[in-house]
Parts: sequence; C-alpha cells; structure tokens
Amino acid sequence: MLGLGYNTLLVATGAGLLGLAAGVAGAFLYLRKRSLMSDAISHATLPGVAVAFLVMVALGGEGRALVGLLTGAALSSLAGLAIVHWLNRHTRLGEDAAIGAVLSVFFGFGIVLLTVIQTIGAGRQAGLESFLLGSTAGMLRADAWVIAAGGALALAACVVLRRPMTLVSFDPEYAATQGLSPARVDMAMMALALAVTVVGLKIVGLILIVALLILPAVAARFWTERSEAVALLAGLIGGVSGSAGAILSSLAPDLPTGPIIVLVAAAIFTVSLLLAPTRGVLAGVLAQLSFRRRVHLRQGLLALAHGHRIHEAYTQRLLRRSGLIRADGVATEAGQRAAARAALDERRWHVLRGLPDAAPVSARYDGLTPVDTLLTADQIAALDRRMAGPGGTA
Amino acid sequence: MTTDPTPAAKAAPLTVRGLTVSYGAAPAVFSADMTVAPGAMTAIIGPNGAGKSTLLKAVLGIVPRLSGQVEVFGQPFDTQRARIAYVPQRASVDWDFPTRVIDVVQMGLYRQLGLLGRVTGRHRQLALDCLARVGMADFATRQIGQLSGGQQQRVFLARALAQGADLYLLDEPFAGVDAATEKAIIDVLKSLKAEGKTILAVHHDLSTVPDYFDRVFIINKSPVAEGAVAQAFTQDALQRAYGGRLAAGLLDQLFPQAQTAVPPAFPARPA
Repeated sequence: MLGLGYNTLLVATGAGLLGLAAGVAGAFLYLRKRSLMSDAISHATLPGVAVAFLVMVALGGEGRALVGLLTGAALSSLAGLAIVHWLNRHTRLGEDAAIGAVLSVFFGFGIVLLTVIQTIGAGRQAGLESFLLGSTAGMLRADAWVIAAGGALALAACVVLRRPMTLVSFDPEYAATQGLSPARVDMAMMALALAVTVVGLKIVGLILIVALLILPAVAARFWTERSEAVALLAGLIGGVSGSAGAILSSLAPDLPTGPIIVLVAAAIFTVSLLLAPTRGVLAGVLAQLSFRRRVHLRQGLLALAHGHRIHEAYTQRLLRRSGLIRADGVATEAGQRAAARAALDERRWHVLRGLPDAAPVSARYDGLTPVDTLLTADQIAALDRRMAGPGGTA
Repeated sequence: MTTDPTPAAKAAPLTVRGLTVSYGAAPAVFSADMTVAPGAMTAIIGPNGAGKSTLLKAVLGIVPRLSGQVEVFGQPFDTQRARIAYVPQRASVDWDFPTRVIDVVQMGLYRQLGLLGRVTGRHRQLALDCLARVGMADFATRQIGQLSGGQQQRVFLARALAQGADLYLLDEPFAGVDAATEKAIIDVLKSLKAEGKTILAVHHDLSTVPDYFDRVFIINKSPVAEGAVAQAFTQDALQRAYGGRLAAGLLDQLFPQAQTAVPPAFPARPA
C-alpha cells in the first residue's frame, strides 16, 4: 500500500493515533495553563521503566515486555505527579519550581538505574535507552496494538470529559459552584496526559513526548477562538505530525522517527505562528501597517483642510500616491474634496461628543472611523442642523 | 419551591451559622452568622479586606471552611446546588480564553447537560434569551477577549441567569463597570426580585446601597449589623465596620439628618 513497507505502515498508524491523542489531551493542558506539567510527567517515567525491567528480570522474565515496562513508567510518573502536587500544596514552592525539582531528580535517578542495569545485565538491557528518544526499528505488531489501544482510550476519555475540563480551565471557581471538583478534574486531566506520555514512550521517547503534547495545542490556538476547535485542531495536527513524521523517517535509512515527528509538529507550529489570520505574526504586522496608513492619511487630509503644511515625508508620499496632492504639495481636486469630507466628519464628531445622550456612540470615537458609518441618515441630518444652528462651529 | 408543602420550603434561602474561614493563621471571616431574607436584595458591605468575597466563596464551598454550617432553603448546601447561581468577579478569569460569548452563557447549562447531553436548539435559545436580558444579544458570537469590562460582567450575569436559579450570589457586580452596565445589571436584578428570587451581592459603593438594596449585612471580619436598610444601615454601624476609613463627607451625604456636631465616638442614630 502506497509503496510503504509493513513496518512503516504499522508505525505510521500507531504514531498517528498517538499524535491525535497527544494533541487533544495536550490542548486541555494548554487551556488549563498546565502545559509544563507534561515535562514532569514524562521525565518521571524513567526510573519506573528501569525498576520494572529489574523486577521482571528478578522474577525470571526476559525483562523487555512492553506492557510491564509501561506499567512501571506509569507508576513512577504517578509518584512524580503526587510529589509535585504535594510540594505545591504544602510548601512555599510554586508549581514551576516543584516541576523543575521533580523532573530533574526523577530523570537523574532513572539514568543512574539505567547505568547500573548496563553493568550488571550486559546485553539484555539493550533497548531501554530507546525510551529516551524513542525507537521504532524493532516495533512488533503487539506493540503497535498497545499504543493504538492506549491512544484510543485517552481520546475517548477526552471526549467524555471535555465539558468539565473546559469549565474548570476557563473558570475553576464557577465550576466548583456547579458541583465539579476542580482538583479532581485536574487530576483526570493529568491522568490523561500521563496515559498519552506512557503510550508514547516507545515511539517518541520521554524527552520528546512533551513537544507532541504542547506544539499541536499552541499551533491550533493561532487558528481559532473556540476551545472545542482548539482541541479538535490540535488532535488533527498531532495526528498528521505523527503519521507524516513516521513516513518521512522511513524514506531514508537511519532517520530517527521520534525527532522527525517532533520536527513536523514544529514546522506546522511555525507556519501557524507566521501565517495564521488575525493572531499570526504576519497578520499583526499587516494590521499595524494598515492602521498607520489610515492615521497618516487622515492627519494629512485634515492638515490640507486647515491649510497647514504637511511635514512628514510618509504622509506626503501617501497623499501623492493616492492622487490627493500634486508633486508641489498643493491639493488636487480630489484631494480638496477628501479634505473637506474629513474636516466635516471631524466637526460632526466634535458636536456629537458634546451631546450627553450620544455617549454610547461617542465612546467609539478613535479619530479614524467616519461618523456616518455609525449613525443613520436622519441622525446625521439632525447633527448637521445642530452644527449650523447657534453655537455651531460651521 | 411553592409547590413544596414541607415547612422547609418556607425556610430562609440562605442561613450561615458560626462560619470561620482562614488563610493561614489569621481568620479572614470570624464566626459569621447570616440569615438572608427570601425575595429580597441584600448587600454585603464592609471595608477592603473585611472578608466580604471570602464569606461568599466559603458559602459556595470555593474556599474551605474552618468551621460553620451553611443551609440553603433549610437543606444542606450540596443538595441545593441547582437553586444557586454565582456571578464571580470578572477579573477572576483569563479573557483571552478561546471561547465565544454564547459558549460562556451555555456553561451555565452544565448541570442540565451533564457530560454528554446534546446542546439542542432549546438550549441555544435559552442562552440567547439570557443574553438579550442583559442587552448583549448582538454579541453572542463575539470572542470574549473583545468585550469591555462592563460587557464581561453582563456575560457572567447571563451565565447565571441561564441556570434558572432561585438564589443569586454576586461578587462586586458593579466594580469597574460603566454607568450603562450598572443600570442594565440593576434592572435585571430588580426583575429577578420581582419574580420572587433572592439576591445577595457583595457591594462596595455605600452611596447606592439605599437605592439598590432592601437589606444589608455589614461585616468586618465578624458581622457588625444585619437587617433592613432602614434599621441596619446606620452611621453607627458603618463607623464600627469602617473605623476611620470612611470619608466624613460620605457619611454626611448618606445621613444628612444626623448631627455632625456629635462626637464621632457616640454618633446619633438616625430616626
């Protein structure tokens, strides 16, 4: 199929499902502003993997059964989470400091255990290091099933819990008055992230799984203003990154799968950052430029109307290019008309802002918006009569 | 409610007995007793740091209680959640959260919808009606980050309305809002009162208390006075709650009939 090998298809499917689950679960972490927790969760898995290996060997097993290793990873990650939670609740440490402390200590301990395993059981441990950066080379069909099932379960849990998680993310105090326990919803959210992390250890590795939890969510945020859409889009971006990364890495020999998956996600993030409408960097620059242009045009026209000299070169260029002034700075016919319109608008605003009952409209004065886009024709007429009457400035 | 024949139906919407809340070792609210009268608008007033918002949050179970009982309509609080709506301070959330006005209002329907219940046309119409009631129907599909402070406050009120509750608890609903919003909010609250609902609001503007509210609960850590505005909202009670923190001009304005010549230690009670 598609000219891809069996192993590649297996990995691409597994990585796609993993990316989908990671994207959706990561979206809720991001909405709750707890993205960094995924860092602690993932690093805290390492000692568990090593201890599980030792236990399985001690029991006479081969020590490399994926389910056993992942169970160990989940348990030690849970311990790490509990410690972060305890430090945050019962000491003066903030959550960021607690995360930093726990992730480095657990990771360090895990590396020590890996080194010990290497010296005592030479040969048999081969493959444990692959949990650091992921490895798909020797992936079995059974491994793919474990990953696919775990990812699907995490995804289903996200669907069921989407309302409580959104409610608690937006307004935890209000959620509490609705009978939800923010602490328990947070715990469920962390459990989801933990499940995704553990499932992803084999493919992406514990160091890079963080990227797969965070990048799709922040990329998705650029494109939408709705939380459900952020979660869906993050799932889509994660899934595409997973599958595309797995396929890309199979195109050349010895390309690492995990890092390529993360690079694909990073590329999607970069494109979103630069090109997304309204929230993207480019859209921001364009909006700023267009605003600057409107300000200069307006100020230039008002200067023309009042017979002032225009000093700024940019304003002169703008008016010349729009055909409003000639090269010598004198207004063209079109320029005179536009200037008169701007001056009239300014006078209307002046009168309008002096009327107490026009306060809601007056509040929208920004020096640029023409008043006749906010008022009806008869309101404008009334304004003009007032302008011409006693006390008017016309 | 009215169809309920048990005596509990006639119980006060909210009674608080011996409520103490503490952040660390210093109590923020100490031994507060409060009885909220049905169908009335009650203001919780007191100086900054007097525990007004904390009292409200402790009643709602948002902050843990050190001691004390809370009963709602004569029943334990937990069994009556559906009859209580809360309007938090608008500064308490991140307004860059990716959600629209209508979505926030629909959050008030969570107890009806549950985990998987489908949002139907009826739910959407209810949310729109609530928005219309606070004058925000045209803003339904706006992103919440585009709203002004007063509009944010109205959205929170609409979310509470969507719950269809009998008891409304509001935390400083008029803080930092424009005049038009203040009027819109008070109109909605008065219409709720006309429907027989009960309203309890933390309030900071003493000059509007007699216009807006029927009853007051004055607190400074522990309760200072409680009752109808005419009886409890006195110069004496305010002076005891606020100490020297009240501007003299404000008291004169609130109680013009009081003799300002009387030494402040023994202020005259108004007739």
